[in-house]
Amino acid sequence: MRSFSYQRATDPDMAVQALGAAAASNNPLTKATAQPLAGGTTLIDLMKLDVMRPAAIVDINPLAHAWSAIEPGGDALRLGALAKMSDVAAHAEIQRSYPVIADSLKLAASAQLRNMATLGGNVMQRTRCNYFRDVSYENCNKRNPGSGCAAMDGVNRMHAVLGTSDQCIATYPGDFAQALIALDATVEITGKAGTRSMPFAQLHKAPGSTPDIETALQPGELISGFSIRGRWPRSVYLKARDRQSYEFALSSAAIALDVQDGTIRDARVALGGVATVPWRAREAEALLREQKFDEALAQRVADAAFADARGRRHNSFKIALGKRVVARALQQAVTMEI
Amino acid sequence: MTAAASEPKANMGQPVPRYDATAKVTGRATYASDMPLDNPAYAFLVTSAIAKGRIDRFDLDDAGRVRGVIDIVTHENAPKLKESKLFSNGGYAGTTIQPLKSAEIAHDGQIIAVVIAESYEAAREAANRIKVSYTAATPSASFDSPGTTTATAKGQNSQFKEDPKVGDFAKAFDAAEVKLTASYDTPTQHHNPMELFTTSCAWMGDNLVIYEGSQFVYGLKNGVAEQLGIDADKVRVVNPYVGGGFGSRGSMTPRTAIIAGIAKRLNRPIKLVPTRDQGFTIATYRAETRHEIKLGASRDGRLVALRHEGAEVSSRPDAYCVGGTKTTTRLYACPNVDSLVSIVRADRNTPGFMRSPPEVPYLFALESALDELAVKLDMDPIELRRINDTTNEPISGKPYTSRSLMACFDEAAKAFGWGQRSPQPKSMSDGDWLIGYGCAATCYPTQMAPSAARVRLQRDGRTRVEIAGHEIGTGAYTVIAQTAAERLGVPLEKVAVFIGDSELPPAPVAGGSNSTASTCSAVMMVCDQIRQRLLKAVMPSDSLADKAKETVGISPAPSTQAAKGDRSLDLEKAFDALGVVVLEEYGEWKPEGAPLDSFRAMHNGQVRLIGGHAMKDQIAYAFGAEFVEVRVNRFTHEIRCPRLVGAFAAGRIMNPRTARSQLMGGLIWGMSSALLEATELDERNARYVNDNLADYLVPVNADVPGVEVIMLSEQDDHINPVGAKGLGELANVGTNAAICNAIYHATGQRIRKLPVRLENIEV
Ligand SMILES: Cc1cc2nc3c(=O)[nH]c(=O)nc-3n(C[C@H](O)[C@H](O)[C@H](O)COP(=O)(O)OP(=O)(O)OC[C@H]3O[C@@H](n4cnc5c(N)ncnc54)[C@H](O)[C@@H]3O)c2cc1C
Ligand code: SF4
Repeated sequence: MRSFSYQRATDPDMAVQALGAAAASNNPLTKATAQPLAGGTTLIDLMKLDVMRPAAIVDINPLAHAWSAIEPGGDALRLGALAKMSDVAAHAEIQRSYPVIADSLKLAASAQLRNMATLGGNVMQRTRCNYFRDVSYENCNKRNPGSGCAAMDGVNRMHAVLGTSDQCIATYPGDFAQALIALDATVEITGKAGTRSMPFAQLHKAPGSTPDIETALQPGELISGFSIRGRWPRSVYLKARDRQSYEFALSSAAIALDVQDGTIRDARVALGGVATVPWRAREAEALLREQKFDEALAQRVADAAFADARGRRHNSFKIALGKRVVARALQQAVTMEI
Repeated sequence: MTAAASEPKANMGQPVPRYDATAKVTGRATYASDMPLDNPAYAFLVTSAIAKGRIDRFDLDDAGRVRGVIDIVTHENAPKLKESKLFSNGGYAGTTIQPLKSAEIAHDGQIIAVVIAESYEAAREAANRIKVSYTAATPSASFDSPGTTTATAKGQNSQFKEDPKVGDFAKAFDAAEVKLTASYDTPTQHHNPMELFTTSCAWMGDNLVIYEGSQFVYGLKNGVAEQLGIDADKVRVVNPYVGGGFGSRGSMTPRTAIIAGIAKRLNRPIKLVPTRDQGFTIATYRAETRHEIKLGASRDGRLVALRHEGAEVSSRPDAYCVGGTKTTTRLYACPNVDSLVSIVRADRNTPGFMRSPPEVPYLFALESALDELAVKLDMDPIELRRINDTTNEPISGKPYTSRSLMACFDEAAKAFGWGQRSPQPKSMSDGDWLIGYGCAATCYPTQMAPSAARVRLQRDGRTRVEIAGHEIGTGAYTVIAQTAAERLGVPLEKVAVFIGDSELPPAPVAGGSNSTASTCSAVMMVCDQIRQRLLKAVMPSDSLADKAKETVGISPAPSTQAAKGDRSLDLEKAFDALGVVVLEEYGEWKPEGAPLDSFRAMHNGQVRLIGGHAMKDQIAYAFGAEFVEVRVNRFTHEIRCPRLVGAFAAGRIMNPRTARSQLMGGLIWGMSSALLEATELDERNARYVNDNLADYLVPVNADVPGVEVIMLSEQDDHINPVGAKGLGELANVGTNAAICNAIYHATGQRIRKLPVRLENIEV
């Protein structure tokens, strides 16, 4: 950890301004000299590891009064960026109308972390790639652009099989983002020019040739909230992991279905633990629309979801695992009582 | 009584609460880095980013500019230290690789610089700003890497003298009706005790005080003195509490003398708190092992041939070896036994003790192989063990001092519900989950070492026990206090125990599960010296007093142990007869068969463990049987272990409450070892990858919903005066095999490599 300045932002303008001052340097957001602090469970961790070295910290927690809404009103849901993971997971209406959201949060991290961590920070959490998190490894294109990728031929059991590039195979580790992308969420962004919105699906950037650029956010911009249209009571989040709690996904599936009279009208399939970014399996989910569910269909969807997957030495198992997780999650979504 | 403090059975002490319970739960227990220092400077380590090669250059400019930096110590300016030999070669060190001596790098994460600053934060920031240029060579990481060297352990390691053999294995195996050959692998593991590898050093003139969590304060004191080239009497090691050790604090690590040397030079106390990931490379670890087991049996299940070949990884300079064949060749009746252990030298840090060092990997192999044999024989695995149970070990025919293995199997099987198991693999399930039941034997050698103690008894019953033992979380304070209270017949609340300080009478390393037997035997002996003086004061003749020693208890609270007879001695009267108010005795106790130089070695911080198979006319082990239920998800292949049941017999159970904690922790550790724990090695560069507690997995509460510990009553009068067998390392031994055996039962798939991950399951 290195010395840094600390400032509390008491209103959004102040936060944006404090962060914007650092924007001039032309660094990508991940290297911006000023970083917003929410729960700190990712940021402080990476600062201690010397992976992130901001010169200035802008504490946005004082904005909680404005940015921690949990509003499941009628046919839409709004969530503030500073809402705590634990509060959202425990919200009765979220559990009823958006079980995929409640479960993706409940199955993430530990109770202590969920009490600290915010939704905005959660979607912005960074990869758990060990070579990224340990600065004694030089070769990490995400941390040190152009230096190579130690994970490519190293220990890569936890790494991604979808959305990878020859520059980076780091997994996007979070759970909640899969629920957001499945439900076609919109993300609200507050910046110098006011507030803008974009589909959540456009927030994260696949690594391509610039793995250091992780999101579409610019330095000086903040996530203020998320919104979702419709209710999704028939939705599940299934997470396979090495231990029963407090562990990232080896493979997960966020599924949301609209089933009427035994026919699937709308279907959403998103994958976690296997991809470099929150991953929507659009072609796979399309196979479900206007169909009646059976095991063979689930298998076809699962196969389609991983059609482009590419494994490396230790993570190839994620392809077969991911397919079984998708098929099982579909089955659960179809049979769940709502 | 609750499960935590069950009703004691025959030959068990009272389940009194922990002596240090309140201090611990209220945070008043002071660990090494809690010790107040007068104006300390803070140290932060820099460790190497390569495993082999040399340092060309340090760029310290940026680091030196950080405000508060006092000094940056590298091999170019480090205090000169003397070498210390490996503990197994008459020294104290866990490794002979001495950092900061030259530009050479011998393993990943070797200490290459120490930053000293006015604050921890400044030291850490400066450490981050140091740039190092290396010339890296390609290291040999492990078994399959080019450039390793392999040789038999025998002849290299003074603690592994002989590959046990008996009969004619080759011939018997050839002729056997049923044969099994199978290979097993165990991974690198790290202890990860909660307390980090902290060290604080403060000099007062020529005298040094070290605050460091240590499992062996006398060893550390003597070792550091040797490295500094000063008299051992000038060094004091203090650690009233140790935040877990599991073997990692048994031998001296290089950091201590380095910090002491820097503190001397700067003339200021220094406090070092290394990070969790540094702990993976600045202390020892459990090295990966490989095994080949050959079993030959008759159709009716009698073993006729057994061969166990093991290979272990060690560092280039040190031949560390656990050599568990000393146990696996003696566990069952078998007339023809062969074994071989070899050591593979790689560019790694020197490995060291980790909870049940030999038994964990070696019994995993043997107990898995027995289960495989039971399948081949179409026999219940418990019955296979019963058929091969023995009262004498097969290598030299010595009798076990006591052996309750089958009693443990029977008790645990009953509690577990083994009878409900349908033997066919894949025959039991519950919804998405395949269910498997598995079991295995567990055992651990009973060991003792010389120990001294000082006891002071006052006329009003207040008692003070001093002994340089170690509270590593096992309950040392508690059982020592219980022993003194029982022996002197004073109420437990009147006993104060002082341990964890090398100024106190020497005790052995808290390792090899010898502590309770050794320290309590010494305390018991010294208490008897006091009793004897009191008895003599009130008995008309010496011979009467001698006789009374065995039969007369002391009031006011004669306990079962002390009051063997019905007469008792009035404490105040005896003191008054002597005309004193305080009696103090010091004594040195050694186990039967301990070599002549034992006491001298004890004072010099060297350990002479006696016991296990190395006793003269007998062999002493504690035994147990472990049963597990494993569930394997049909879809995700996730493996969970909802139920662990263990039954154990370990001689006198000094305190069923603290013993249960040990055994329960052992079962959980064993499950963790089977399913979760592995340090991943990047073979290209011989570096650890998951060196933190987020990625080095240990169980969380949700992983251990059900653990049941059963303690059997067992009396053994042949081992030591207190009649206790060590049990701290007993319970985590059999679990690895029990889990794999259960996975076989659940899935029909035999897994021979730990840990078992979901990708290893194909159903
Ligand atoms: C041991 C461990 C296990 C974990 N397991 C899981 C798991 O199983 N599943 C899972 O999903 N997560 C897991 N996590 C991650 C955890 O959920 C995240 O660390 C947490 O959600 C981050 O939220 P925060 O508020 O603490 O973010 P912070 O650490 O404060 O911020 C994270 C990043 O986002 C930026 N940021 C914060 N708020 C905003 C905003 N409003 N707008 C723009 N940028 C912002 C920060 O600058 C920082 O770069 C785990 C974490 C740990 C340490
Ligand atoms: S996978 Fe990505 S984050 Fe990991 S080492 Fe490679 S480039 Fe760095």
